[in-house]
Amino acid sequence: MNALFQKSSKPILALLIVAMVLPIIAPTYYVQFASKAMLMAIVAVSLNLAVGYGGLVSLCHAAFFGLGGYMLGFTSSDSAGASIWLSLPVALFVVAAVAALIGALSLRTRGIYFIMVTLAFGEMLFYFFHDTKIGGGSDGMYIYFKPEIALGDLTLIDLEDARAFYYVALACLVGASLLIRMLVKSPFGHALAAAKGNERRALSLGFPVFWIRLAAFVISATLAGLAGYFSAAQFGFIAPQMLGWHLSATVLVMVVLGGMSSVLGPIFGAIALLGLEEVLKASFEHWKLINGLLIIALVFALPGGLQQMASLLIPKGAAPEPDLQSMPPKEAVPHV
Amino acid sequence: MDAITFAVQLLNGVQYGLVLFLVASGLTLVFGILGVINLAHGAFYMLGAYLAWFIASITGSFALALVGALAISFLLGIALEEVFVKRMIGRDHLAQVLLSFGLILVIDEVRQILFGKDVHSVAAPEWLQGSFKLTEVLSYPIYRVALCVACLILAGVIFYVIQKTRLGMIIRAGAENRDMTRALGIPFDVVNRYVFAGGIALAALGGILVAPVSTVFPGMGDGMLILSFVVVVLGGIGSVAGAAIGALLIGLTDTFGKVFFPQVSSILIYVLMAGVLLWRPNGLLGKS
Repeated sequence: MNALFQKSSKPILALLIVAMVLPIIAPTYYVQFASKAMLMAIVAVSLNLAVGYGGLVSLCHAAFFGLGGYMLGFTSSDSAGASIWLSLPVALFVVAAVAALIGALSLRTRGIYFIMVTLAFGEMLFYFFHDTKIGGGSDGMYIYFKPEIALGDLTLIDLEDARAFYYVALACLVGASLLIRMLVKSPFGHALAAAKGNERRALSLGFPVFWIRLAAFVISATLAGLAGYFSAAQFGFIAPQMLGWHLSATVLVMVVLGGMSSVLGPIFGAIALLGLEEVLKASFEHWKLINGLLIIALVFALPGGLQQMASLLIPKGAAPEPDLQSMPPKEAVPHV
Repeated sequence: MDAITFAVQLLNGVQYGLVLFLVASGLTLVFGILGVINLAHGAFYMLGAYLAWFIASITGSFALALVGALAISFLLGIALEEVFVKRMIGRDHLAQVLLSFGLILVIDEVRQILFGKDVHSVAAPEWLQGSFKLTEVLSYPIYRVALCVACLILAGVIFYVIQKTRLGMIIRAGAENRDMTRALGIPFDVVNRYVFAGGIALAALGGILVAPVSTVFPGMGDGMLILSFVVVVLGGIGSVAGAAIGALLIGLTDTFGKVFFPQVSSILIYVLMAGVLLWRPNGLLGKS
C-alpha cells in the first residue's frame, strides 16, 4: 500500500481534501453535478486500463455503463428501494459476465477490427434494450427509490441525500482509482503493457496474452457498470440512450484529454469535458458544433491531453499530474 | 408464407443488401487503402439524403438532387482529405476514432443549422413511380426494382474499376502493401484523396438512393454506420467482394429475421457476426 502514496501524493491529497470539503460549502446543484462528473470519471479511469495500458480501443463501454444502470432497474421495485447488498453484486456480476462474452469474441481481432467489433456489440446491447419490452423499450424505465444501504432496519447511508450520495460516488472513484493503480503496478499490469508494446514478444515470453487482455477488459467493463449503477440511481431513470456508442466515444475523448499515461489523468479529462459542456450548453445554442471542433483540435494540437498542456505551462517537477511512478514501461507509452 | 410473399421478402432483402454494399464498399476501400477508420461514414450517408431532399424540394427534380448531392459530397470528401484525413494516415487508430467522432458532431450540428431536424420524404422521379401488380393484394414499387438495378450496375462498375483498370491495380497494390506501392513511385497521395472522396461519395449515394423508399431523418447515419461495420467485419477489411457477400448476408438475415423472429430480429445480425468471428476472425475473405 505504501507505494500508492509516494512522491506525487501531495497534490493528490490536496485534491482529495478539496473534494471532501466541497459538499459542505457548495450549493446542492453543484454537488449533484460533481457527483455526476465523478461517476463519469470512474468510467474514464477504468476505460483507460483497457485503452491506455492495454491498447484495446473499446467503443462499447457505454453499453456496460448502461447495463449496470438497467440492472439497478431490474432489482428495484416500485414500492421500495433495492437492498444494495444484493442488488449491486448481482449488477456487477451480470456486467462482468456480459463483458467476458463480448470480450472473448472481440479479442479474437486486433486494431481496427477490435474497434468495429466492440462498437457493433455495444450497439447490440443498445438495440436489445431499445427493441424489447424487458427494460421498457425505447422509453426506458424509472427507478423510483434509490438503493438502500442498511443493516436490518438501520439505514447506514441515505442515498436520497445529495451530499451523502456525493461521498459514496467519491468513495467509488477513489476505490476504482486505487484498484487500477494497483493493477497497473502489479506484474499483471506490466504484462498487459508488454502485450501492448509487442504482442509477439509477450507471447513468446510465455504470457497468456489473451487471458490478460480479457481480464483487463472485464475489470474495466465492470467498473463502468458500477458507475452506471450509481448514475441510474442518481437520475432515477435509465434509457437505451445511455448505452449508445456516442457516450463511449465521449469517454474516450475524456481519456485522451486527461492523458492516457497516468491512472488519474482521465479523472481530470472527465471533469474538464463535462465542465466545458456545461459552460458551452449555457452559452451557445449550437454548442455541439464547438464541442466537435474542440475534439478535432485536441487530436491535432494536443495529442497528449491536458497533461501535455500542464507540462508546457508549469515548470518541471511542479506539475500536479505527470506521475512517472505509474507510467507503463517505455515501449508501452502511447505514442499518440 | 406463399411463394409470392417469399419472393417479395427476398427482393426486399436483396435490395437492402445492395444499398448496404454501396455504403460498406466505400468504408472498406478507405480502410484498405488509407488504413484510416472513419466513424463519420454514416454521417455522410445521412448528409447525402438531406442534401438530396433539399435540392429536390427546391428544384423538384430527383435527377438534379442526385447529381447535386453526389457532387457536393465528393467535393466535401476532397476537402476533408486535404485538411484532416491526410494528417491521420499512419497515426494510431485512437486519434482517427476521435477525429471522426468530432467530425460527426460537426456534421450533425451543421445539418441541424442548415436543414433542421425534421423528418422528410423525397419523391421518386415520375417515370419510376407506381408499382408492379403481383396479385390482387400484393404489389411491388417500381422504384425499388430500379434501385436494385442501379445498385447492381454500380457494383459492376466498382468491380470493373478495381479488377480491370490501372487505378484499380494501384488500389489493390496499395491495399496489399502501402509502403511498397509508394516506393514504386505511384502518386499515392493523389490516389488516397480520390479513394477517400469516392468512399464518401458512395456513402452519400446510398443515402440519396434510399431517400425515396425510406424517410430522411437525423439518426439514419448511426444505424447505417453500425451495419456497414458489421458488413466489413463479415467480409474482411479492404475486400470489396467480401463486402458484397457480407452486405447480402446482412440484408437477407435482417429481412427474414423480421418476418420469422420479429422479437429478436435486431439481435440476429450480431449473432451472425459473432459466429463469423468464432469461425474466421479476419472476415470471410480477409487476409489472415
